[in-house]
Amino acid sequence: MEYKISKNAKLTSSILILVGIIALVIGLTSGHGHHTSQRFWANLLVNGYFFFTISLAALFFLALQYVSQMAWGVTTHRVFQAIMSFMPIGAIVLLIVFVAGAAHMHHLYHWMDPELYIVGGEHYDEIIANKQAYLNTPFFLIRSIIYIAVWMFFAYWLRKKSKEEDALNLAAYADGVSPIYKKSIFMGVLFIFFFAYTSSSSAWDWLMSIDTHWFSTMFGWYSFSGMWVSSMIVAVVLVLYLKSKGYLKEVNDSHIHDLGKWLFAISCLWSYLWFSQFMLIWYSDIPEEVTYYIDRFEHYKLLYVGTFFVNFLLPFFLLMSRDAKRNAIFLLPVALIIFLGHWIDVLVMVLPGTMHEEGGLGLVEIGMFLTFLGGFIFTILTSLSKASLQTKNHPMYDESVHLHH
Amino acid sequence: MSDKKIYAIYDDDYVLLESAKHLVSKGIFIRDVFSPFPIHGIDPVIGLKRTRIAITAFIYGMLGVLLALLGIWYFSVQDWPINIGGKPNFSLIDNLPAFIPVTFEFGVLCAAHGMAITYLLRNWTLPGFKSHNPYPRTTDDRFVMEIHVHDNEGKSIEEIKSILNETYVLEIDEK
Repeated sequence: MEYKISKNAKLTSSILILVGIIALVIGLTSGHGHHTSQRFWANLLVNGYFFFTISLAALFFLALQYVSQMAWGVTTHRVFQAIMSFMPIGAIVLLIVFVAGAAHMHHLYHWMDPELYIVGGEHYDEIIANKQAYLNTPFFLIRSIIYIAVWMFFAYWLRKKSKEEDALNLAAYADGVSPIYKKSIFMGVLFIFFFAYTSSSSAWDWLMSIDTHWFSTMFGWYSFSGMWVSSMIVAVVLVLYLKSKGYLKEVNDSHIHDLGKWLFAISCLWSYLWFSQFMLIWYSDIPEEVTYYIDRFEHYKLLYVGTFFVNFLLPFFLLMSRDAKRNAIFLLPVALIIFLGHWIDVLVMVLPGTMHEEGGLGLVEIGMFLTFLGGFIFTILTSLSKASLQTKNHPMYDESVHLHH
Repeated sequence: MSDKKIYAIYDDDYVLLESAKHLVSKGIFIRDVFSPFPIHGIDPVIGLKRTRIAITAFIYGMLGVLLALLGIWYFSVQDWPINIGGKPNFSLIDNLPAFIPVTFEFGVLCAAHGMAITYLLRNWTLPGFKSHNPYPRTTDDRFVMEIHVHDNEGKSIEEIKSILNETYVLEIDEK
């Protein structure tokens, strides 16, 4: 079945972008000088990262479906492929932020300041200077470009081949199994192998290096679980939206139940990692480690601690029962609230280290978020309308249609 | 007469499932089905209610969490405040992060054990109990339906048997 974007959906995303830009302009013009520009770039990083990694995690989940030969999710393949489609825009935003940082147009990445490395200089910082072999601008840019290029290659490949698979004539093959499916498993393995390393190292580079002195070995998994749960939220909401419009008839209650289980499970994983990172640092109480939490507890306590409780307790208690996971009345509000929660989570990863006590949740933040959200929704729905809503010739498609539990 | 039981023996799970549908459509109440492995889709056919074990697991888990917090509060705060690495335990709330792992683990322990014991009690299959399997080959390669005559008032044994014989039944036993 083909999907067509409704006029309402186009209008809604345009209004989101428009309102977002107006809020952004008002927020920026009422601010002052240096902080305003810094705030603009910080928010560009927050939203570029948040929405880019939602697409990235959708790619991860799609690859995971191939690698684990997961049958139930085949009817939702096109939904995940559509979520992947924001990657190019998110990648451009991220690269603009990184290049602007390298050109000293903003000061998000403290370690990009060359004065820190002048031995004996006024601003010499021994700790950062010792990290220079890894944390230097050219290598940072090269790494970022490699991550993004390789991830996007896999996204492009899986999407393109999935469309080609639709046109195959399976009777032409001796075993009746699409050769593209077998290749996709292999490509999925390659991607997950690459992503296993780069999901962590990209989080160190792009977010953890903002608080340059600080480090946490859990940070990679923590931000990875955050992007994964955000991606599952988008998938659940998109599936429920499409079903309410009469599309995706092949997706039944059991599929929604399974997506709800992922939402529930990854929320718990995220909470587990958030708490473990916090507890170990809180317990050992070493000055170089607690700085990260002191920054957040002094000026961002409500946002930082509040989102943890919301993102953990809401899905934990409301989505625990079987019936709730099958019911849009439970799923939708929980999903939308923790979507904001995980956006704020990224916000408090970036703002304390870049804006210090000047940051917060204001017009600039909300405006930038709405602008990106509008663009994100529009991109995804456009991509969804470019291919049939169901794949054909996937060997486990029938099994997925008959999913029942 | 009224406590007579009929056992219909099959050698295939799919055949049993289809036969059960046939029997139910003829108005016969099937008390239970014994099989070597779970038969997908049999529950709604013979009218089994969804298990409530998940609810008990939640209750046991919450009970475990409360019990753990109570225990930790008494052992480490009230009765003998322990000073670990310069963090004196004079209050539960201030030291809560340190107690969460234990609380979590104890919650899981209580949920898992409570659920297992409840399950065994409900089935009356605690270790040492006599098994009630009517037909031991159901642990190997046979599938058995148990029909109680008094569940099906207005139908004689012969009528039930004749309906059973409309299906691919292997053997019919009476007890």
